[in-house]
Amino acid sequence: MCLGIPGEVIEFLPDQPDLARVDVSGVRRVINVGLLSDDPPRPGEWVLIHVGFALSKIDENEAAAAMQFLEGIGQAYDDELAALQESRIE
Amino acid sequence: MNRGSPQPPPGTVREELVLERIDRARRSRPRVREERITMSHGAGGKATQTLIEAVFLNVFRNPSLEPLEDAARLKINGARVAFTTDSFVVSPLFFPGGDIGDLAVNGTVNDLATSGAVPLFLSAGFILEEGFPVEALSRIVGSMRAAADAAGVQVVTGDTKVVEKGKADGCYINTAGVGVIEPDLDLGVANARPGDAIIVSGPIGDHGITIMLARGELDIEADVASDTAPLNGLVAGLLSATPGVRALRDATRGGVATILNEIAKAANVGVLVSENDIPVRAEVRGAAELLGIDPMYVACEGRLVAVVDGGAADRALVALRAHPFGEQASVIGHVTDDPPGIVQLKTAFGGTRIVDLLVGDPLPRIC
Amino acid sequence: MRFVDEFRDAGKAHALSAKITALCEPGRQYKLMEVCGGHTHTIYKHGLEDYLPEQITLVHGPGCPVCVIPMGRVDDAIALAAEPDVIMTSFGDMMRVPGSRGSFFDAKARGTDIRMVYSPLDSLKIARKNPGKRIVFMAIGFETTAPSTAMTMLRAAAEGLANFSVFCNHVTIIPAIKAILDSPDLRLDGFLGPGHVSTVIGCRPYEFIARDYGKPVVVAGFEPLDILQSIYMLMLQLAQGRSEVENQYSRVVPWDGNVVALRAIGETMELRPYFEWRGLGFISHSALKVREQYAKFDAELLFSVPGVRVADPKACQCGEVLKGVLKPWECKVFGTACTPETPIGTCMVSPEGACAAYYNYGRLTRQRVREAIRP
Repeated sequence: MCLGIPGEVIEFLPDQPDLARVDVSGVRRVINVGLLSDDPPRPGEWVLIHVGFALSKIDENEAAAAMQFLEGIGQAYDDELAALQESRIE
Repeated sequence: MNRGSPQPPPGTVREELVLERIDRARRSRPRVREERITMSHGAGGKATQTLIEAVFLNVFRNPSLEPLEDAARLKINGARVAFTTDSFVVSPLFFPGGDIGDLAVNGTVNDLATSGAVPLFLSAGFILEEGFPVEALSRIVGSMRAAADAAGVQVVTGDTKVVEKGKADGCYINTAGVGVIEPDLDLGVANARPGDAIIVSGPIGDHGITIMLARGELDIEADVASDTAPLNGLVAGLLSATPGVRALRDATRGGVATILNEIAKAANVGVLVSENDIPVRAEVRGAAELLGIDPMYVACEGRLVAVVDGGAADRALVALRAHPFGEQASVIGHVTDDPPGIVQLKTAFGGTRIVDLLVGDPLPRIC
Repeated sequence: MRFVDEFRDAGKAHALSAKITALCEPGRQYKLMEVCGGHTHTIYKHGLEDYLPEQITLVHGPGCPVCVIPMGRVDDAIALAAEPDVIMTSFGDMMRVPGSRGSFFDAKARGTDIRMVYSPLDSLKIARKNPGKRIVFMAIGFETTAPSTAMTMLRAAAEGLANFSVFCNHVTIIPAIKAILDSPDLRLDGFLGPGHVSTVIGCRPYEFIARDYGKPVVVAGFEPLDILQSIYMLMLQLAQGRSEVENQYSRVVPWDGNVVALRAIGETMELRPYFEWRGLGFISHSALKVREQYAKFDAELLFSVPGVRVADPKACQCGEVLKGVLKPWECKVFGTACTPETPIGTCMVSPEGACAAYYNYGRLTRQRVREAIRP
């Protein structure tokens, strides 16, 4: 149910619009992108792969936003720690 | 609670009790519960171990067999001889990085080398399927010759049988080997002590992933190749440069995780390894993630796991990295005193989890 | 690996952990259910519980489609596979699940032709290569996997394949969550929503949880940072007295789900009036079967399936573990009669079952773990 891996679309198979070759960390597999027929992925875009099918496109903006949030929290935490270090109430 | 089990002392955490129950259950006598052999029995994990202990060890029982190391160490007329055997049933027979012939020679050479022996002579028994092309057989035998030359051993005796079409998957090979061990060398996983460093000679999982992909059922293309290689040169280099080598194992069926568990069990010590320190090739990792398999359980065929005295780890690394088969040698963790018999992994994320033996092969999962 | 490694960065975990701890009201205990078996797996595999304060307990839910298959259905599948000329294809997850007379692996050992596949499409390949055989695909999974089965049937129909069928055991997540919510044994504070199911059904189906039961829901991804961030978002809702559906996994989950996928399911499958779930009993409209128009791909029509109900062994407490009422170690047979080698129930067999995850990965109290990794 749950194992979905992000992969980058490399190319479509000639004569087979539903099939695309994806790359996962240097490993390549042909998957079926028929579930994305409303908005087919283009080479260079990333998709979520589950049992040989692309279930969803990975939205790079949302991914960047997620990372920004995490980095922000990380930065705030480091800042707090630094502030804690500097202000020692003896 | 079961009748007869002790009442928990007040304040004991219930979870602790269950963990103790598990430990006791694990240490009880192994019994094969299945009526028939399944593929799990051949995977190198728990089912294999239980089969070996309950069926083979139980009946053959003798002091030379008990240690269940990669090779038996025998005293014959004053010489210390290492003796081992291995069978090769891989499918497909030919794959990126080698073929069944390479495995057949290197596998047995490595079992001898990890006992600290200089490998000398091999036997080769062939079980051939009716209809198997002679040309393919010649290729395999050619590979065996080349592998034997590279390892410095000779095939001095053998046997051939032919079985009806439908059996033997083309070709099965068994090799047995003998070698001589230096008089004062005593390697064995039972020697591991807290503080020892655990070293792996290179990236893990290459062979198993290569075979899985080469079977062609998964439609995955990747630039992976088997790591099959003779390790006796690497071992010799390590032993001559490093005092304090406690044990050597080659990580085959069951992967590095199985070796770590063997160390923990044999020496009754804990093992703590760090995910960040375990070398894995990007493609092997990608294929493993795609299939939902953990590279720690995937077979290698040319990788050494070495347990060395903590103070000697640096020297060991230098010696290993000087050899072409050990260029990416890394310390992956240490032997601890607690909890005994348990292997733990510090994840890349910073948390900790157990690395237990799997029952059978790691299976691709969808969930 | 892109979109994976960044979300496994330990550096950011401490910050999230601190924020989560700061949101805990002193003296209050929190029970958060992670519905999806994949979340259970990640939590144990990466040791995530080490990052959470003692006040937060993660409860494992019924989102493991292998775990909820009753023993009788496994027997049915094996009976199907044993029919003459049948090749059964199955995902790896099912191979060791025990029926009343053994698992797929045991059946294989007796000579039954059961083959592991990575994708349902692989079954079509086998069907094309073996025209004299009848290929049956053991379809399991929640809504995440159902579209793939649907597309496979559509493909088979388009090609006019005559020797392929599906033994359909797809189940749907919402009825399971509802059964949990209505269960008197549980008092949960919030839910981590199943990330990949949501790529198909979207986030709207969970609104009733927030609206009618007043519990916050955060649809969560599967990397460790995804889960920590989702827990943080849940705790924030609780601290602020909100109960809403939020989407942490927005890089993958569209709010409205995947219309093409839902159409494919709707075209080829329909809801069964009721279906038996291991541990949860009969739940109405909770599982899918093949539609009449696709009857020639329905293994239950093409073959006669025994359909015998098999009660769980008395000792098995999988049901309570699946509902989150019991933690794995609280089950009376955990670790003794029921181990990964000798599993009694599916929670121990399935790789993402709570018991298997705990036994294989998490089997030490936090106390011992801290001592063990003391420098």
